[in-house]
Amino acid sequence: MTYSDLSRPMRELIESHGRPEREVYLDHENSGLIIPEALEAMIGAYREGGRGHPSITHRIGWISYQSLYEATSAISAALNCDTNELVHTHGGTEANNLAIIGSAMMEPRSRRKILLSSIEHLSVIFPAEWLGRYGFKVIKIPVDREGFIDLDTLSREVDKDTLMVSVAAVNHEIGTIQDLKAVGDIVKDRDEGVLIHTDACDALGRIPIDVKRLGVDLASFSSHKVYGPKGVGALYVKEGVKLEPILQGQLSTQKLWPGVENIPGIMGFSKALEMMHKHLDEYTKRMAKLRDRLIDGIMERVSHAVLNGPRGERRSPDNVNISFLYCEGEALTVELSMMGIYVSSGSACTSRVLEPSHVLLSIGRRYEEAHGSLLMKISPYNSDMEIDYVLEALPGAVDRIRSLSPIKP
Amino acid sequence: MEMSSRVPLTYSRKVLELFRNPKNLGKMEEANAEAMAGSLACGDMIAIYLKVEDGTERILDAKFESYGCAANIAAASTLTEMVKGKTLEEAWRISWRDISEDLGGLPSVKFHCGVLAVGAMRRAVRAYYKDKPQSEWLPKELTPEERQALEEEKLMEILERRVERIKAEG
Ligand SMILES: Cc1ncc(COP(=O)(O)O)c(C=O)c1O
Repeated sequence: MTYSDLSRPMRELIESHGRPEREVYLDHENSGLIIPEALEAMIGAYREGGRGHPSITHRIGWISYQSLYEATSAISAALNCDTNELVHTHGGTEANNLAIIGSAMMEPRSRRKILLSSIEHLSVIFPAEWLGRYGFKVIKIPVDREGFIDLDTLSREVDKDTLMVSVAAVNHEIGTIQDLKAVGDIVKDRDEGVLIHTDACDALGRIPIDVKRLGVDLASFSSHKVYGPKGVGALYVKEGVKLEPILQGQLSTQKLWPGVENIPGIMGFSKALEMMHKHLDEYTKRMAKLRDRLIDGIMERVSHAVLNGPRGERRSPDNVNISFLYCEGEALTVELSMMGIYVSSGSACTSRVLEPSHVLLSIGRRYEEAHGSLLMKISPYNSDMEIDYVLEALPGAVDRIRSLSPIKP
Repeated sequence: MEMSSRVPLTYSRKVLELFRNPKNLGKMEEANAEAMAGSLACGDMIAIYLKVEDGTERILDAKFESYGCAANIAAASTLTEMVKGKTLEEAWRISWRDISEDLGGLPSVKFHCGVLAVGAMRRAVRAYYKDKPQSEWLPKELTPEERQALEEEKLMEILERRVERIKAEG
C-alpha cells in the first residue's frame, strides 16, 4: 500500500464524519497540541534566528549558532544538566535508539545483557530486541498490577555482564511513576558499571525532572510530549558516558549526531518546555484535579469499568486509562469521535495487530480488558467544562457499543 | 512511498453509516438457525441469527450482534441485509469479498471482519442442517472462512493460557 492509495477514501471519511459542533481533544498521548508561544518561536526561527546553518562562518551562521546555543542552554538548564550533556535528536524514538544501540556498539563490547521493564515503550523494546538478533541478551523485568517494576527480580538479574537497565520514569499508557532512585541504587549497588537509561518522554512536564537527582546515565525526551513540535527530542548523556553515534554523516555542532540541526524545532521545544516548567506546579495540580474528576466520574457513571495503573500521587497527573468490559475499544473511539471526543485505545484493532497493548497484558489485564481500554490524556489546556462534556457523553457511548454485543454484562 | 501496517483506517461512508445506524441489530427469538464466531479475547465476535422457511430453505429474516470494531459491526450488518430473501445455498456462496465490495471497500487490515461475518453465517447454516438431512451442496469440510474463525478462537485460547501461566509463575 502507498500513501496515495489512502488519500481518496480518507477524504471521503473526513467528509462523511463531519465536524462535530463540540470538540474535546484528550489524545495527548498521540500529540495534537502545540503551545502557542512555541509555535511563535518556531515561526520566528524560520524567519530569522534559526534559518541558517549553525556551523558556518558568516553572519547568518553565527546568528543560528547563537539561537541553537541559547535553546540548548535553556533545555539543559531545565533538566539540570550541562549543555555538553545534551544531544538533539529527531524525537524520543531516536533518543531511545541512540541510548540503547549507541551504548551497545561502544567498544569493548564485553557487556551483552540489556534489562528492560516489561512495559517500556516500543521505541525502547524494539531497539533492544533488534540487538538481541546480534548476540545481545534482552531480559524483560516484570511489573506488578500497577506497573511498578519488580525490584527483587531486577536486583537478581544485574550482573557483571549487564550493559544497561532501561526503565521509563513515567509509563506512557498507565501513568505509573517509577521510583528511579530505588532502581538506580539497586543497580549501582550490584555493579557500578551498569548504565541506567530512562525513557523520560512522558515524565517531562508531568513531574519535576532533574537528571542529576534521578541518578541516571541516559535520559530520553520528546518535544511533542510537552506540547512542542513533533520530530524533535533530546538525549541526556551524563559526562563520561561513551556512546557510538548511530547515524553517520557530515558532523555539525554535535559529536553524536550528524546533519543540519533542526534549529526552529529545537527552539520550539525549548519554548514549550520553558512554558511548562514556568507553570509546572499549577499545571500538574490542575491536570491531576481534572484527571481525578474524570476517573471518579466515569467510575460512578459506568458499570464494569476498571482503572488501569495506580491512583493518586504515584500516577502521572495527565493519565486516565480505563477498561470497559464488554465494550470494544476501537468501536468506542469511533463512537466518541462522532461526538467530537478524541481519545485512543489499547485494543488490538487500533494497533492493527492481533495483540492488544503489551502494557495492559503485563499488569495482568485479560485480553478482553485490554481490548476495551480507553486512554485519555489531559493537557493543561483542557477545562472543567470539557471534562463535564466527556462525563456526559461517555456513558451513553459505552452503552451504545455494549448494546451491539452478543455478550452483555 | 511504501507504508507500514500502522496506517489510519479509512472507513467508507457506508461503514460509518452502518456503524452509526446498524440494520438488523439484535437477538432473534424466533430464529431457527444461529451461530457465533470469534471471542471476546480476540476482540472480535459476531453472532448471526436466521429465520429459515422450512421446505424452501429461504431466509425470511436475519439479524446480528457484534462485539468488535466499526468495520466488524458494518460487515455483520451488511451481511444480514445481503442474505435476506436468499436460499441457504445462495447465502452460503457469499464471500468476504462481496461484503467488502458492498461496504464500498474495507481497509485491508479489516478484511478479517468480512471473513468472520461469513464464518458466523456459514456456521449458522450448518446449525440449521444439524438435525436435518444434509444438502448435497453443503461442503463436508470446513471452508477457509470457518477455519479462520476457528483458528482465531484457538490462538486466543493458547495466548490466554500463556498469560495465565506467566501470571501463576510470577
Ligand atoms: C514513553 C515514550 N517514549 C518514546 C516516545 C517516542 O517519541 P517520539 O514520538 O518523539 O519519537 C513516546 C511517544 O510518542 C513515548 O510516549
